[in-house]
Amino acid sequence: MKILSNSPIKLPKTKDNNLNRLIIISIVIFVLMAILNPGKFITMRNFRSMSYSFPELGLLSLGLTICMITGGIDLSIVGTANLTSILAAKLMVEAMPENPTSAIIALYIFLAVGVAFIFGIIAGLINGYLVSTFHIHPVLVTLGTWQVFSGIAIIITRGYAIPNLPKPFLFVGNGRFLGLAMPLYIFLALAIVVAVLLRKTQFGRSIYFIGTNATAARFAGIRVRKMLMRAYVSSALLASTAGLLMISRTNQAKADYGRSYILQAVLVNLLAGVNWHGGFGRVIGVAIAVVTLQFLSSGFNMLRFNNFARDFTWGVFLISIMIFNHLMNERKNRLEADIAGAKSVE
Amino acid sequence: MIAPLVEVKNIHKRFSGVYALSDVSLSIAPGEIRCLAGENGCGKSSLIKTIAGVYQPDEGQIILNGQMYDNLRPIDAIHEGIQVIYQDFSLFPNLTVAENLAINSQLEQGRKLVNWADMERTAQSALAHIKVDIPLRSRVETLSVANRQLVAIARALLHNAKLVIMDEPTTALTHNEVDSLFEVISELKSEGIATLFVSHKLREVLDISEKLTILRNGRKVSEGETNEYDEASITYHMTGRHISGNQFTFDATDDEIPLLSVDKLGREGAFENVSFNLSSGEIIGITGLLGSGRTEVALTLFGIHPANSGRMLIDGREVLIDSVDAALKAGIAYVPEDRLIEGLFLERSIGDNIIVSILDRIKDRMKFIDFKKASSIIETWIDTLKIATPNSENPAQSLSGGNQQRVVLAKWLAAESRIFILNGPTVGVDVGSKLEIHTRLRELASNGAGIIIMSDDMPEVVQNCNRVFVMHKGQIIREYKDDFVEDQLISEIENLK
Amino acid sequence: MRKLLKTHESYIAVILIVFSLIVGIINPKFFSIGNLFGLLKSTVVTGIFALGVLLVLISGEIDISFPAIGVVSMYITGTVFEAIDFSGPTILAFLFSGGIGVLLGLINAAVISTFRLPTLIVSLGTLSAYSGFVLTFIDTRIINRLSEPVVVYSKLAFFRRTMESGQIAELHFSFFVYLALAALTALILRYTIIGRGVYALGGDRQATKRAGFSIKKIEYFIYCYVGLLAGLAGIIHSAHVRNANPFDLVGGELNVIAATVLGGAIIGGGRGTVHGTLLGVMLITVINNSLILMGIPSYWQRFTTGFVLLIAVAIPQIGSVKSIRTPRRVRS
Repeated sequence: MKILSNSPIKLPKTKDNNLNRLIIISIVIFVLMAILNPGKFITMRNFRSMSYSFPELGLLSLGLTICMITGGIDLSIVGTANLTSILAAKLMVEAMPENPTSAIIALYIFLAVGVAFIFGIIAGLINGYLVSTFHIHPVLVTLGTWQVFSGIAIIITRGYAIPNLPKPFLFVGNGRFLGLAMPLYIFLALAIVVAVLLRKTQFGRSIYFIGTNATAARFAGIRVRKMLMRAYVSSALLASTAGLLMISRTNQAKADYGRSYILQAVLVNLLAGVNWHGGFGRVIGVAIAVVTLQFLSSGFNMLRFNNFARDFTWGVFLISIMIFNHLMNERKNRLEADIAGAKSVE
Repeated sequence: MIAPLVEVKNIHKRFSGVYALSDVSLSIAPGEIRCLAGENGCGKSSLIKTIAGVYQPDEGQIILNGQMYDNLRPIDAIHEGIQVIYQDFSLFPNLTVAENLAINSQLEQGRKLVNWADMERTAQSALAHIKVDIPLRSRVETLSVANRQLVAIARALLHNAKLVIMDEPTTALTHNEVDSLFEVISELKSEGIATLFVSHKLREVLDISEKLTILRNGRKVSEGETNEYDEASITYHMTGRHISGNQFTFDATDDEIPLLSVDKLGREGAFENVSFNLSSGEIIGITGLLGSGRTEVALTLFGIHPANSGRMLIDGREVLIDSVDAALKAGIAYVPEDRLIEGLFLERSIGDNIIVSILDRIKDRMKFIDFKKASSIIETWIDTLKIATPNSENPAQSLSGGNQQRVVLAKWLAAESRIFILNGPTVGVDVGSKLEIHTRLRELASNGAGIIIMSDDMPEVVQNCNRVFVMHKGQIIREYKDDFVEDQLISEIENLK
Repeated sequence: MRKLLKTHESYIAVILIVFSLIVGIINPKFFSIGNLFGLLKSTVVTGIFALGVLLVLISGEIDISFPAIGVVSMYITGTVFEAIDFSGPTILAFLFSGGIGVLLGLINAAVISTFRLPTLIVSLGTLSAYSGFVLTFIDTRIINRLSEPVVVYSKLAFFRRTMESGQIAELHFSFFVYLALAALTALILRYTIIGRGVYALGGDRQATKRAGFSIKKIEYFIYCYVGLLAGLAGIIHSAHVRNANPFDLVGGELNVIAATVLGGAIIGGGRGTVHGTLLGVMLITVINNSLILMGIPSYWQRFTTGFVLLIAVAIPQIGSVKSIRTPRRVRS
């Protein structure tokens, strides 16, 4: 991606070490899974199946990345994804007239996607408003809105799934274009959009400043509230897109789908080197991290690990990554402290 | 001759091969009030930490109460009566005064359970000791800075302190509060408790201390009775240079339209009827007691708390400043309290720091940030201000203090700011850096900027401003201009109390 | 705002009373002795978890792994005791479950304290790891045949009386266990050095160290105590529902955190009381259990919890929003 390297303003070099480390981890896991699953892992079929499943998590993770760069977090992404996609499904399935023509179907799909995005924006505005204006801890806000959004989703569906979405809509999650999975195109397109957004727009640059030092950002004239609102809205829009992908792929909308995605999205971001305290994080890292996690997940599947074993491994993996990063940073900090000590001698 | 309380001899302390302390000796007698002065980075903190057992010296001896320590631990230092009051006081904001005072004693006794009655008794006697009255049950976060400091001092004395080390104790205090702090210190002296007072405020050093030790670059460069020194000689020893402050002057031309006109500006509950003019090239000061409304005026001028009444004119045209954005667009820059470099993003690149305020002005037709334009602006200012860095992509924290200040300046200049509001620009800054900041401000003024300094540092205001306004209870009550003397101003402020 | 916080507990109490009155007016059954006893029993599990959460919040962190600890402790206890056909004293089942809880808490503490990682992230990981562990390595079936002592405990109740309607009203013993644990927690927080250390840690980490506290000790204490409480809450829950279900409890963490925050504990640390937590738990329980009494379907529960949490955290902040618009008072 040229846009990521062609600018004079680069993140500190140390963060690139993080990326190198990530690439190595990714390769190691890939090779390991290939060895453990001879003749099964490196197959067209596996790659294709992976390319259908990781984009959902990828989009959710990108949303989280944006919020984490501001120094916040968005735990409500899965709630937002479920709520907005249920509203869309409701419209496509229950509001659809009988024996629709293909034009009517297209219109309803179009409307449904619009509804999902509109409610995504509303969800993001609620989060952003509570975080930026009420100054409530983002963890609390988004834990609360997560419940509220999935609560509304449950109220709407009464806990039942909404199945049988219109055929053409299923193409988004299951179709192929030029031999590649549709979800892959959607992920790539949005990853590029987010990368450009973060790298090349005033909004993107501003949230890096906010995440580094919110007070200084305010005095530098950055509109902190507005930018935070935008960050949470962006996150919610990405979540809505992920939600639409989910219901399209599974051909049903459920209020409690994808709960474990939250943990995984946090895991992806930490793996990608997105700074927990804000200010640093790159789309390319998130993309590699999410693919890496998919290698691991697919490999486990082939080894006939069940879902619970995967939960267990995710948990252990998350903590291991945190410890590993901590140890690396500590080494780096010790070096820097030595240098700083030598420089200022205080 | 009384046996010294603390004696350190020929201390050396290295960090990664660089000397933080080199051959420093210091001897403090019981009841003595000693001042340790020096610029940031001179080794003051290292010396304090050595005496407190936090750092182990590489060479040299530490003798406390006649007892020589090869490996002094913090707990030993405490047992020998050494108490350090750190700048942040190390208090618990969420706990009561009583608990803050007495929890250490409870811990020291190795207790498992808390004896609240005992705790309150201890706390009560601790406060009585320094003759202050602070409600024991109020939470520390509700106290003023001065009261928090008194709590910290009272706590230190609970441990049979023989030497109280205070690290920059007056930084956040008002004149009155500094006076009462000094009373407490004298009180301690009468009880035979010594004080080691770390400061770089020359006037205070001269006011309170009996003996003075000055460090520079890790070496002791001067020591003696305080009455043998004056401000100039202390400054010389601290910096190694002769620094003479010269008065800032400004030649006004009458018929000119002022750069900034503030006309009957008011904000409900904060200040009212504030009017003044600021010409290009001028540096004016606004002073007053804490709570006089000067900070509120600054925040209003910068659009953080917009005004309810009155108007502002720039170049004679009325402007509406209702947000920070509007202020920046109008060419107003603001530096918050604390240091000049508080406005920096330390972990971000130098380049990022320079363009942070002009992101919306360097967009191309596609609304994207134009990185070519950005980097040419960055290079221009790095060249113009001679910021010493091999690469604009290095993080700002890699720069020295002086260069960091230049980065802040570059940010403003890139934003084409012409009116600078500085709130306490040199609070907590040592003599050398202070001078650099003042020089920088005068440079700015001579380049056509108008500068407003909000400060209660009288010498600073007097020396660097050609006019000074005194605020009290939300109003401007006096304007000093042309030939005015510091004492006049100080006595005026004193009378307000 | 400070004034509001000072009286936070009384403010929650007022809301609790007003809300109860409203529910009682809509459906007088609310004030029946049977319902009230039932309510008290349903506060127990949430409440015991909340006492642990309280400690973590006071210390300035957020832990979400406690339901997983609860479920692991309870399910392993169930499995083991079923296998050996245990018939000893009930207290042993409690100690066993609590002990497993402490061990899991110890793991949390070791990771958090040794590597100084944020509790939220660590517990997100351990939440997943612990419950994944049970389901992978122990079993996935629901144990319906609890060991004898737990069954005995599950029937332990007081003030039994038959209502006019023929229903039996009784106050389960668990409520007294809960009160005892609450009292113990309150005493620890108020009267032990380590309890004050928890507040100190939430107030200022650096100062805690300088005052001579061992931060490591405090952290180990907090997470082991949380583990103990979670283990006990797990076994009590198991007795209440008379089975051991490895899919249980996890997912209820927010409810508990919401209750604790409602009770006046603050994210960011330094503040929170046991009696506030008791009130918060009571309020959340009343709200959740009364939906049905008021004729609102149970699938509203999740929404209500989230909504109440948001309201509870937003109210103390309204002052800060206002101060943006109106001038701040001048410091004197």
